[in-house]
Amino acid sequence: MADTIIHAYYDDDDVLMHAVKRVKAKKLHIEEVYCPFPVHGLDKAMGLEPTRIAITSFMYGCLGLTVAIVMMKFIMIDDWPMDIGGKPSFSYIENMPAFVPVMFELTVFFAAHLMVITFYLRSRLWPFKEAENPDPRTTDDHFIMEIEVHNNEDELKDLLLDTGAVELNIIKNNH
Amino acid sequence: MYTFSNRLKIGSIILMAIGLLGIGIGFVAVPSTAAEAKAMVAAHDDGHGESHADDASHGATADHSASEGHGASHDEHLLHQLQNRPWAALYVAAFFFFMISLGVLAFYGIQRAAQAGWSPLLFRVMEGITAYLVPGGIIVFAILLLSTLHMNHLFTWMDADVVAEDELLQNKAGYLNTTFFLIRAAVFLGGWILYREISRKLSIAQDKSDDDSNFKKNFRWSVGFLVFYLVSESIMSWDWIMSVDPHWFSTLFGWYIFASMIVSGVTVIAMVTIYLKTKGYLPDVNDSHIHDLAKFMFGFSIFWTYLWFAQFMLIWYANIPEEVTYFVTRIEDYNLPFFGMVVMNFVFPLLLLMNSDYKRVNWFVIMAGIVILAGHYLDVFNMIMPATVGDQWYIGLPEIGAVLFFAGAFMFWVFRALTHAPLQPTRNPFIEESRHFHY
Repeated sequence: MADTIIHAYYDDDDVLMHAVKRVKAKKLHIEEVYCPFPVHGLDKAMGLEPTRIAITSFMYGCLGLTVAIVMMKFIMIDDWPMDIGGKPSFSYIENMPAFVPVMFELTVFFAAHLMVITFYLRSRLWPFKEAENPDPRTTDDHFIMEIEVHNNEDELKDLLLDTGAVELNIIKNNH
Repeated sequence: MYTFSNRLKIGSIILMAIGLLGIGIGFVAVPSTAAEAKAMVAAHDDGHGESHADDASHGATADHSASEGHGASHDEHLLHQLQNRPWAALYVAAFFFFMISLGVLAFYGIQRAAQAGWSPLLFRVMEGITAYLVPGGIIVFAILLLSTLHMNHLFTWMDADVVAEDELLQNKAGYLNTTFFLIRAAVFLGGWILYREISRKLSIAQDKSDDDSNFKKNFRWSVGFLVFYLVSESIMSWDWIMSVDPHWFSTLFGWYIFASMIVSGVTVIAMVTIYLKTKGYLPDVNDSHIHDLAKFMFGFSIFWTYLWFAQFMLIWYANIPEEVTYFVTRIEDYNLPFFGMVVMNFVFPLLLLMNSDYKRVNWFVIMAGIVILAGHYLDVFNMIMPATVGDQWYIGLPEIGAVLFFAGAFMFWVFRALTHAPLQPTRNPFIEESRHFHY
């Protein structure tokens, strides 16, 4: 981590978006942006990679479907054969329509819950975790753009003030 | 302004001509006597396998060759089925293309009533497609009228001899009688066409006016239309489709037809939009509009499957003879189209359109759209054919001819209607939002 980082405060998401675009146009790297709410299109403007959570969601869905198929086979056919709908065939495939709602629900259940858990793990979030945001105002009405300083402090300050930052905060890291 | 290219015009006329030929051959090839029908089926049996020998409704009651009388009535029945085939093929295709434009009308009404900001750029495309309501509706009405005049046996409840022996149909006669049937059809078609014409006029007038009064009027008409549509579409589905099996009923049938209708409609909107865009029209329509249409195609395909399965599972579970017969005939005699359509309408769009990026790839949307449309044609086929032609179905000249004819007529009418007004509305209050629509 660089010795000095700069926090630029904004109080409007549109101003922030334009500022992010201008900073990126100068080929500067934005470490992080702290927002009180999701800002549409910010990830693209910052040049973040697209999320891969959709892929995990698909895999979790497949897992849920498999669990449902195996589980219903064991419960309704093998362990305690059930007479379903007055059709005592005790065959899995012939009774399959009755299990489709279970398959659907477990697919959704696995995809949704495991996706949330994955998201928490990936974001390093857990109960009672200390908040990482540098200023409580980012949970209210302010946005912070965090940029590392590499011997260009004055230049950076001018640029950020010009983009409409309402406050600048320079943080020296003295190890 | 859009100009109807000559290639497309000639193409649609050729489709209509070939289709007409197919329909004509279908009608000419129909047997006129029971003996002829029997000979046709016997000649066909080598390819078809056991076909009608173990037909559920007859084979189950008695060995039909045992008694002379029963054998004769069976041949008579076979004759009716073969005579029905060109009519049923015509009706399925006529209804399918009519249903597309009615689905688009419902989608359009929803966009108007919701005051959606993303879609106004596509309103003229939708209005072009709904223009087919007039010819399509008249053709469907004509077929229904000919049925009531006993030109065909699509609807068995219209046959006085059948009703005389059938207590269930006698009890339903207060609703299922030809006069009331035609009145309902006329009222529904009139209402839909009326809304379409009014909304179209207001939409064009809005471009030239200097306030939003036409837009607001259009909103009110659309809300009213949706209320009317909700009821009339449901009753229409009982009348025009469910009543070909007059003993059978399903309470979610209206929804089921609606799902087919709207997914086909949205698919055609996407296809026409992409076509116009590749020809250089609709410059402001961007990838996000196509993406949204593809999302609707994906979502409504799942919705259709949900209703298809909900209808099937309850009947399968309860296992009441008068209800399951509907699915028994479809699974026994129509196995391939019945399950094939589930693959085409559910598995295919599910896998193809799940990925967000694929919904923006135009040729992907077109390919998925073709499969979805074919799947929903099969859906209508599976609803009409078992009750009208029984196990004597085949997708041959009459069926393909009817599809080609109505596809040509649909294209001709829709693209002709698109030339009548500028393709992009100019004074819709949401047009700027639609232009900048960005996912």
